[in-house]
Amino acid sequence: MPREVVPTKTPMPEQDPKERVRNFREVPYGYTEELAIQEALRCLQCKKPTCIAGCPVNIDIPGFIDLVAKGDFLGAARRIKATNLLPAICGRVCPQEEQCEKACVLSKKFESVAIGRLERFVADFERETGQIQRPAIPRRTGKKVAVVGSGPAGLTVAADLIQQGHEVTVFEALHALGGVLVYGIPEFRLPKSILEAEVNFLASLGVQFEPSYVIGKTETVDELLERFDAVFLGVGAGLPHFMRIPGENLNGVYSANEYLTRANLMRAYMFPEWDTPIKKGKNVAVIGGGNTAMDAVRTALRLGAENAYLIYRRSRAEMPARLEEIHHAEEEGVQFRLLENPTRIIGDDKGWVKEIELISMQLGEPDESGRRRPVPIPGSEHRLEVDTVVVAVGQGANPLLISTTPGLKTNRWGYLEVDPETGETSRERVYAGGDIVRGGATVILAMGDGRRAARAIHERIR
Amino acid sequence: MRKIVAKEVLAPGIKKFVIEHPQIARKRQPGQFVIVRVHPEGERFPLTIADADPERGTITLVVQEIGHSTLELGRKEPGDFLMDVVGPLGRPTPIRHYGRVVCMGGGVGVAEIYPVARALKEAGNEVVGIIGARTRELVIMEAEMRSATHQLIVCTDDGSYGVHGLVTRPLQEMIDRAERIDHVFCIGPVPMMKAVAEVTRRPGIPTSVSLNPIMVDGTGMCGACRVTVGGVTRFACVDGPDFDAHEVDFDELMKRLAQYRVEEQMSLEMLRRRIEEAGLARAAS
Repeated sequence: MPREVVPTKTPMPEQDPKERVRNFREVPYGYTEELAIQEALRCLQCKKPTCIAGCPVNIDIPGFIDLVAKGDFLGAARRIKATNLLPAICGRVCPQEEQCEKACVLSKKFESVAIGRLERFVADFERETGQIQRPAIPRRTGKKVAVVGSGPAGLTVAADLIQQGHEVTVFEALHALGGVLVYGIPEFRLPKSILEAEVNFLASLGVQFEPSYVIGKTETVDELLERFDAVFLGVGAGLPHFMRIPGENLNGVYSANEYLTRANLMRAYMFPEWDTPIKKGKNVAVIGGGNTAMDAVRTALRLGAENAYLIYRRSRAEMPARLEEIHHAEEEGVQFRLLENPTRIIGDDKGWVKEIELISMQLGEPDESGRRRPVPIPGSEHRLEVDTVVVAVGQGANPLLISTTPGLKTNRWGYLEVDPETGETSRERVYAGGDIVRGGATVILAMGDGRRAARAIHERIR
Repeated sequence: MRKIVAKEVLAPGIKKFVIEHPQIARKRQPGQFVIVRVHPEGERFPLTIADADPERGTITLVVQEIGHSTLELGRKEPGDFLMDVVGPLGRPTPIRHYGRVVCMGGGVGVAEIYPVARALKEAGNEVVGIIGARTRELVIMEAEMRSATHQLIVCTDDGSYGVHGLVTRPLQEMIDRAERIDHVFCIGPVPMMKAVAEVTRRPGIPTSVSLNPIMVDGTGMCGACRVTVGGVTRFACVDGPDFDAHEVDFDELMKRLAQYRVEEQMSLEMLRRRIEEAGLARAAS
């Protein structure tokens, strides 16, 4: 079929910004069948596709897109699922512009193929039409694997190993499954129903889930090793960083983790029907430039903020957040305060946040991260009136599990050291992946780690 | 889901629950707590583990009905279930041979100091207990505390029972008499812990308090429970809940505990109205 190059991505219909800032429903509606086919036809079907290498789990991207173009959406879903079991999630939260879409040949001259949107479309099609295919599970091997943490890494390990016939139990400290996908990513970006569908699917294959069970406390890793043949640690990073500036313990100052956990997991936006409250600030400042900061500032708007500021010490070009989220935030009226950095938070006499003091920044030479280093401009301090501050400047390794597991080797940041080929830690039969190894990374990288560890675990115990 | 196997009213508004949870019963040590969620729409909140029976696989929680969630928990009966009970969380209180120790509990804090006192006694310490409540009928677990200590002093604010006055009074008197005190352990309302810290500061008696800030996850993930100790921010859920009383910024803790007062009031009134309406409906039928 002769194909004409279409320079821009097929737009995805989405909720009107004026409307959506008042609700927590998902922003993009997703492609229709027609739009999906239209977008799929933009793919050049390169003889030597470069996009596949851009994907941490190496999805057969041209293969599934070709099936979409032919209208075989179920076939496309199955093609993706051969390598990625959570496409409905990845299609929504992966930073595609940094991965597959960056490697797309079209992106050299035009907009890349909307690989993420197409991935999302086929996953949604399969689920919404009730045609999710159950893989054939081989005979039970009798081997048992414990997975600690139910985030993207853990779910991938569970999915891969249950399909090899092993018994898998997933332990989760929170009461809800999904890790960062459930407490950290708001409903307007990843509806809980989609996550639930993925978890239910794994449960239907026989994966056991033990929520509200803290490994390291309720049971130690050493105890798990007595009753399981292998243990995978996918516990995430999960220790919020603060800025260590005066006023950070004032009332109304949240870590992004707390703010998002209250809002998403505990549904504080439904208070008082749900019991968990949250401070619904009028003037909210969110510090940071990543996806978490973007999620927090957009949540603030939906909770009713009149002014939602995003304060980031570099310029827009260095922001680590997904492009789509930055666009969405701008459309919704988030006020970007770039090249500014907080120096202190000022409270009233009752201990509540009243103002934040900022200092203007300029960009100097690139630092270790390759981004230009922000440098404060002396004497440029100024104040902004706020009643809520959300600190979203990243996180570190939560020591809870590591401190109760003797012999686990960590690097200088407290993250686990693993064999890069297998994901095995310094403890035999104990594997790890995702943020507890990498520090704050992405869902798809965590899944790649899970896949590699699952392969190594299978090799060892089969 | 965790089953309630027994319930007892210890005092008006203070209830004791025995809950099935074999893993926590086996693991818990004095000073540790659990995070509880009563029903699917409920809050997550911490409760100190007052006791445990590893053989029966149960833990004991003592709850004072002060807000929405504790009031809802208080209405549960044996045979009912709690949505989640997570733990045991927090660092255990360091139990060793100190010599002569004073274990102080105020209000519902008596239930929390009890396992600490008992463990300290078992570790060979001479244990003096000082417990207090506003009035006679609010004094709880006196018999248990008597068995866990060598000497027990009971105080009431209104003088209706035992020593008239706050728990700091007999403590101050011990200090004035130059009695040997090697360590003080104190659990109770923040103003009480702060007052005890002031009493022991000058004579330099090592004092531990168990802090009760607002928590969400209880595993170090959210940072809601941060407290300033010795000028440094600590997370009570993983670094505590026990801290050196002389280093704690109690004023900040009190402010942080008041963060949701307006919301708590609103939510409590809603619940009371609901309970009242349910009662009226039952009476009418």
